[in-house]
Amino acid sequence: MNIIVCIKRVPETADADVIIDKSGKDIEKSGLVFDLNEWDNYAIEEAILLKEKMGGTVTVISMGGEESNESLRKCLAMGADDAVRLTDPAFGGSDGFATAKVLAEAIRKIPYDLVFAGVQAEDDGFGQVGVALAEILGIPHVSLVNSLEVQDKKVKVHRELEGGLEEVVEIDLPALLTIQTGINQPRYVSIMGIRKVAKKEIKTFGVSDLNLKAEEVGLSGSHIQLEKIFLPPVGEGAQILEGKPEEIASKVFDILKDKGGLA
Amino acid sequence: MKKIIALAEHRQGELRDITWEILSKGRQLAEGMMGAEIEVVLLGKGVKNLAEALKPKANRVLLIEDDRLEAFNSETYQKVLTQLITERKPFLTLVGHTAMGMDIAPALAVQLKMPLATDCIGVDVAGETFALTRQMYGGKVNAAVSFLKNGPYMMTLRTGAFPVVEKEPFPGEIVSIPSPLTDEGLVKRFLQYVEAAVGEVDITQADILVSVGRGIKEAENIPLVKELADMLGGALSCSRPVVDKKWLPKDRQVGTSGKTVKPKVYIAIGISGAFQHIAGMKGAGTVIAINKDPKAPIFGVASYGIVADLFKFVPVLKQKVKALKK
Repeated sequence: MNIIVCIKRVPETADADVIIDKSGKDIEKSGLVFDLNEWDNYAIEEAILLKEKMGGTVTVISMGGEESNESLRKCLAMGADDAVRLTDPAFGGSDGFATAKVLAEAIRKIPYDLVFAGVQAEDDGFGQVGVALAEILGIPHVSLVNSLEVQDKKVKVHRELEGGLEEVVEIDLPALLTIQTGINQPRYVSIMGIRKVAKKEIKTFGVSDLNLKAEEVGLSGSHIQLEKIFLPPVGEGAQILEGKPEEIASKVFDILKDKGGLA
Repeated sequence: MKKIIALAEHRQGELRDITWEILSKGRQLAEGMMGAEIEVVLLGKGVKNLAEALKPKANRVLLIEDDRLEAFNSETYQKVLTQLITERKPFLTLVGHTAMGMDIAPALAVQLKMPLATDCIGVDVAGETFALTRQMYGGKVNAAVSFLKNGPYMMTLRTGAFPVVEKEPFPGEIVSIPSPLTDEGLVKRFLQYVEAAVGEVDITQADILVSVGRGIKEAENIPLVKELADMLGGALSCSRPVVDKKWLPKDRQVGTSGKTVKPKVYIAIGISGAFQHIAGMKGAGTVIAINKDPKAPIFGVASYGIVADLFKFVPVLKQKVKALKK
């Protein structure tokens, strides 16, 4: 079973104070911690679990600058065999569609049975690249996968639907799956583990290595573009309780009695 | 005449709320496009009753019935929709940004060579194109987005982002279209639905819910909030990251992919308030949010906010409850 996993390095913003930068088109990145996109962390773990069970190889692939090597090396330390980085000034400004085109041309060069991608990325949140990539490659896909079982030339998967419901779907290989968080428990990677793969070669491909023209990628090959970003309107918002912790706790108790019927 | 086509979403015999939302928005956009029409496409098997329900909401219901369309399957849906959209040439195709929409729209847009904008929370007509609003960084910022190419276009719209506005019903008509499907070359098979496992506690029945999120940091810290829930005679629930990390079972999860709850009081502890979570708890009577980030989206929907480190505040709150409950 040869598996390709598409990954992305993203800033962690869940607990960070997000500030809009001078360009008005992105957030201030300095001071933010970057890591492997959360969905991709589950995707690479799932690929490695499958390799451990069935043999084969795991190739991890990412579009990005040199800093993306950090995330690729994390995947190598987790157990991936090879890493490929797609890098070219022409890739700048790529939307979900253009990103899928670049990934597709790189993936065509590598033999595979399965392609994994995270359901979405923490930064853009398109939820688009994986499924678009499958269509460009001409292979079937299942999105939002939260469990899977490979059987001969097929894979049986559970898809996460709304309200706790799941559906069970079977597709023929080769296929692409977009992996949902919670599908497994990603292994911990130690600094020692990353050091061990520090010298491992990361192949790079640019536009000229791929069957693409510069105008097919980046902003010129994209369908949408970002105009500006802004902080979401707050609406009415909460009444912020102020005072000493003990005073606030008393107020909370009163609210619970008044509104929650606390006896 | 310009046309907008909206894709109806249904499951287990019922139309899903997103269908009314995209139809309401689609109608508003059509009105802003100088007399454009809105059509709704319904794929299924034995769904005439759903077609009747949709009739007042669009100029036309396009109904395609086939055994192979009984449950959603992106492969059969894509084959049917590619042909339908190619023939009817809508200027805009609207799909919900749901488990179904996420499985079909990106592939359909590639096949039809149509620009796609996903997970839109705002859409306005802007001349011959549209001005869009999306979110980035988990809802921490909004983004104004435009299309770089000419239409026709496709969009997926976020659940709950567009209100359903009641308007004069359309006289409507149902147009049955023969299914183009055959069994040949199909590689994706829907097998069955699996219902969520029933847990020991039904969080939808609690008057007071104490809910915990990513901010709790470690599984070992869960008892801190569990004890508070017990003291208040409430139940313990959580947001998605807590379930993903296996700290609490899935039946405790509040949100789009978990449960929708309407307690009298909902206490959100260390929950930033991703829209998927808010969708599951916005029906609560009173929401009290405890978070150390004053910009956390949860404060936008909470009635009361406490900007504090939960590890410092929750122990104080527990002491107070213990003292005052006597």
